[in-house]
Amino acid sequence: MSEHVGLRGRAWFQALTGKNEPLAGDPGSVLASNSLLGNETSLFLCVVPNTESRFPCVRDGQVGLEEAYTLAIRVREVMAEDRDKPKSKKRPIIALVDVKSQAYGRREETAGIFLAAATSADAYASARMAGHPVISLVAGHAFSGGFLTHGYQANRILAFDDAGIVIHAMHKEAAARITRRSVEELERLGHEIAPMSYDVKDYAKLGLLYKLLHVENPLQPTASEVEIVKQGLIGAVQDARSGLTDLSNRLESDAAKQTRKASIAVRAMLEAQWKKS
Amino acid sequence: MSTAENFPAFVNRKSFIELDGRARARSLFDEGTAKELVGPFDRVQSPWLPIQGVAPQADDGCIVIKGKIGGLPAVVVSLEGAFQGGSIGEVSGAKMTAALDLATKDSETGTKTAAVLLLETGGVRLQEANLGLAAIAEVISSILALRRHAPVITVVAGTVGCFGGMSLAAGVSSYVIMTKEARLGLNGPEVIEQESGIDEFDASDRALIWAIHGGEQRVGIGEADELVEDDAGRIASAIRSYVQAGPPSEYRSEQVKLNRDRIATLDMSKQIDPISLRKKWNGNDTTGGAR
Repeated sequence: MSEHVGLRGRAWFQALTGKNEPLAGDPGSVLASNSLLGNETSLFLCVVPNTESRFPCVRDGQVGLEEAYTLAIRVREVMAEDRDKPKSKKRPIIALVDVKSQAYGRREETAGIFLAAATSADAYASARMAGHPVISLVAGHAFSGGFLTHGYQANRILAFDDAGIVIHAMHKEAAARITRRSVEELERLGHEIAPMSYDVKDYAKLGLLYKLLHVENPLQPTASEVEIVKQGLIGAVQDARSGLTDLSNRLESDAAKQTRKASIAVRAMLEAQWKKS
Repeated sequence: MSTAENFPAFVNRKSFIELDGRARARSLFDEGTAKELVGPFDRVQSPWLPIQGVAPQADDGCIVIKGKIGGLPAVVVSLEGAFQGGSIGEVSGAKMTAALDLATKDSETGTKTAAVLLLETGGVRLQEANLGLAAIAEVISSILALRRHAPVITVVAGTVGCFGGMSLAAGVSSYVIMTKEARLGLNGPEVIEQESGIDEFDASDRALIWAIHGGEQRVGIGEADELVEDDAGRIASAIRSYVQAGPPSEYRSEQVKLNRDRIATLDMSKQIDPISLRKKWNGNDTTGGAR
């Protein structure tokens, strides 16, 4: 990890919304803003490191209790405000993702971080099912429970086409220890076996991504790059509105038809046997 | 004198935990109604394990059985903790999501179909890493779609526990049933010790583990609904009553303000004492689990 997690998230939140401070009452680790995207207001959300956090295990950009509940509050606020609007007018929700992981702490486990994470995932998914286009932009790291809490319920996921993007279930050192492999062996396996890779180009092969976007330096967005990314997000919002509100699109791309062949086959087989039972 | 009088009840009880994943699932159905779908003889196994020199299993550690519970249509998805720690890979994840989605489809067309998830799992299968994580995101989404129509009942019985991303699946379920032996949490003690050090969590301290993650505590602070003894009959009857109850009026994972306010009042300058937390949040007045 060559740079601190969260810096890219903050840089893009600022570039897209013009803001850089949490809303009143929110912890320093969650940035939220209702800002214009194209010609419609969208809710932007980002989790950033907060060295002052009263929770020691989230200070480096992990998603913990306060982060999860704050994200859920902000998402549900928008859902409530837009409840009576037609689907075409429901506000897009944009999750900027650059998170280290979920918090690995005893305080968090004792107070039930599993429920906090579930509450946030519930809010994002419920917003999506209610017709809000939910879009994630992976700007840096998207790890494990952190990503499940913030971003993975989106109906379109975008990522930068960049070596600093890491989307994974567990960081290399821990994954190597648990699967009794060396980091070198894990890296070699990653090149051969797409779901194990830490490279975003391999992630794209899984068919879970809507689009890869290219920027020269994700830490320092230029004005023209911000415009390109905005167009990418607007395109994703339109595409989400024209499709279903579930996650079925993740199995429909050409990449998914290759790499997630087994998922598709299992679903077909189960459906056939279900009908007969 | 009959044996029932000579031996205490626990001697005669039939343990649920001692059953394997398939037998656990089968034990929940009305007699003669259970039918396994995509069973071992269909030989749908993980395509990713053999290429890594890991032996696959012909059901990928995920058992799907459809039938009736208390006269009502239901599907049980059981994770076999003995295979790869009950971990979620591409195939096991797809089986679970597909079963939930089919239950939703039936429910939408008039046949309300409940789902029971027997979760013995450490979460994502690291050999299938990103496909496991994606599958869990899809499982969560599918639970949320089904629970509006029919209850999704998670059972964490023991001894593997329910950890990692699958703890979020428990979190969004309509009801959660646990035994005293079971554990539920996002990060297991070993993971915390490894990531944050032994001062944060001593993974060899078993009393501490159960005081935090154990069934009594989770039910005691209101993060699970019911504590049931490890008895196949009692667990089946608890499940039956939730299937019959239908969806709850409010979901735990929608109580955002209540839970955020609870977190806001916690003193984070030191570790939280689990028993005091139970008193403070006062979900249920269960006893035990103290250290």
